Amino acid sequence: MKILVCISCVPDTTSKINFTNNDTDFDTNGVQFVINPNDEFGLTRAMWFKEKNNASIDVINVGEQSNETVLRKALAIGADRAIRIDSKAIDSYQVAKNISNFIKEKSYDLIIAGRESIDYNGSMVPGMISEILNINFITNCVSLEINGSNATAKREMEGGIETLTCELPLIIGGQKGLVEESDLKIPNMRGIMQARQKPLDVIAPDQSEFKTKTHKFFKPEDKKEIKMVDPDNLDKLIDLLHNEAKVI
Amino acid sequence: MSIIAYIESSNREPKKSAYEVISYAKNISEQLSAELIVVAINVDKTNEISNYGPDKIIVVNNQSIKNFNPKIYAEVIYQICIKNSTNHVILGGGADSKFLAPILSIKLDAGYVSNVVGAPSNYEPFTVKRTSFSNKSFCDVSISSKNKIISISSNSFEKKKIRSNPEIIEFDAEIPDSKITQASVDLSKGNISIADADIVVSAGRGMKGPENWHLIENLASTLNAATACSKPVSDLGWRPHSEHVGQTGKPVATNLYIAIGISGAIQHLAGVSSSKVKVVINNDPEAPFFKAADYGIVGDAFEVVPKLNEKLKAFKAENN
Repeated sequence: MKILVCISCVPDTTSKINFTNNDTDFDTNGVQFVINPNDEFGLTRAMWFKEKNNASIDVINVGEQSNETVLRKALAIGADRAIRIDSKAIDSYQVAKNISNFIKEKSYDLIIAGRESIDYNGSMVPGMISEILNINFITNCVSLEINGSNATAKREMEGGIETLTCELPLIIGGQKGLVEESDLKIPNMRGIMQARQKPLDVIAPDQSEFKTKTHKFFKPEDKKEIKMVDPDNLDKLIDLLHNEAKVI
Repeated sequence: MSIIAYIESSNREPKKSAYEVISYAKNISEQLSAELIVVAINVDKTNEISNYGPDKIIVVNNQSIKNFNPKIYAEVIYQICIKNSTNHVILGGGADSKFLAPILSIKLDAGYVSNVVGAPSNYEPFTVKRTSFSNKSFCDVSISSKNKIISISSNSFEKKKIRSNPEIIEFDAEIPDSKITQASVDLSKGNISIADADIVVSAGRGMKGPENWHLIENLASTLNAATACSKPVSDLGWRPHSEHVGQTGKPVATNLYIAIGISGAIQHLAGVSSSKVKVVINNDPEAPFFKAADYGIVGDAFEVVPKLNEKLKAFKAENN
């Protein structure tokens, strides 16, 4: 079984978000980049298939050279090979097109992406790839089992969970549940040493067309001062919620 | 030229989010003098839709697509777009809409922007505001392609009633075969989903253990609210993952968010920042959540929550 895991490189979840160049770019100063959490759940699930089914794992990213540190981490966790498409990511369409072009000639059985990245939160790339390549697609995926050429996946929907079955190849948008938080692996020294020897191929982008463009970032307005209510005067809270906030 | 508002349904009725989506699309249709078409799949009750000003309602009722399937639904909407020379498709932020939208964007060769929180600020180029960095910031995004898809966040656009007398058309779609089979569905019992709720009652490790959650559930039941939890609580297995709110869990954009025993890690605050009013109950006055909330109570949840519940019950009894 051949697996491809799509990796976004995103600011660590604890990062303070600031902007630069007249608010047109994310300020990377002092920010640590990590594997997008939803992608890391997927990569960890892929490792499980590697151990059980002897699957091979490639990881792919569309981005600039600075992303290679994060790709090396994916190799240290256990991926066999990394591919970086050497292009600044402009929008989901451009990213999806380039990854699709890469996949086209290969015979991946399973492509794992995250439900969304935690920086741009588009929820777009895996769905677009599935349509460009005409392969099955399941997002918000919280469980995945493979049996031969068949997949059984659970999708979190509004108000419940549905179990879906289909044939491979399949692309998923994964999230927590694929594996648990406690299953995530911190690379050990041996993994880190091995990762240095593993292939990290840089390939030229196939095309650079994009359809959307981000112009300017804004930070949320400062929150107005909190109103404190005495725990012995809960009528006051109900009064504020009813008459001032008008939410009950 | 036409604009399509695709609305989600449940139990053959439009979902609550539908009217926000239609109002958003109505605004664009007025600006562009384009026809507004509401597309509803598996919906019988279309009366209320007419209160939001569409020119046409296209309904697709077909037994073979009673279960949501993103590829098939995207194909059906695509067929309607082609027939009606549609350039703009507006959808809500529900799980199903966001499942099908990227597929539709490839079919239509359209630029697609998700998590949109305001009306277009410009039409040349077409520019909208969306959230980014998991609600820690916003950004302006323009679409350069002729066809455009917008998915709007819930509770981000004012519904506006404009009575119209739309033509209702049954659309006979060509339904492709599904390659994915629904084996089973496990619906969460009797609970209101976080996405549908006007009020969410959420609790954290301060509740000390899953056995104390009846306090949270009782309060939620009084307020007709959904229950949610912080990341550590779902990681510990006290509550299901589907209740986990925050950057790697669910975002919450509700009218009232009540956080009980949640200190307010930056990831959690990001996930709930789009909620309109936030109330924090915590025994630690230094909890970071107090800096991000509208109303706060420093106190022991085990005393405050039952008392608040009794008082709210009395309030509800009086006001209903």
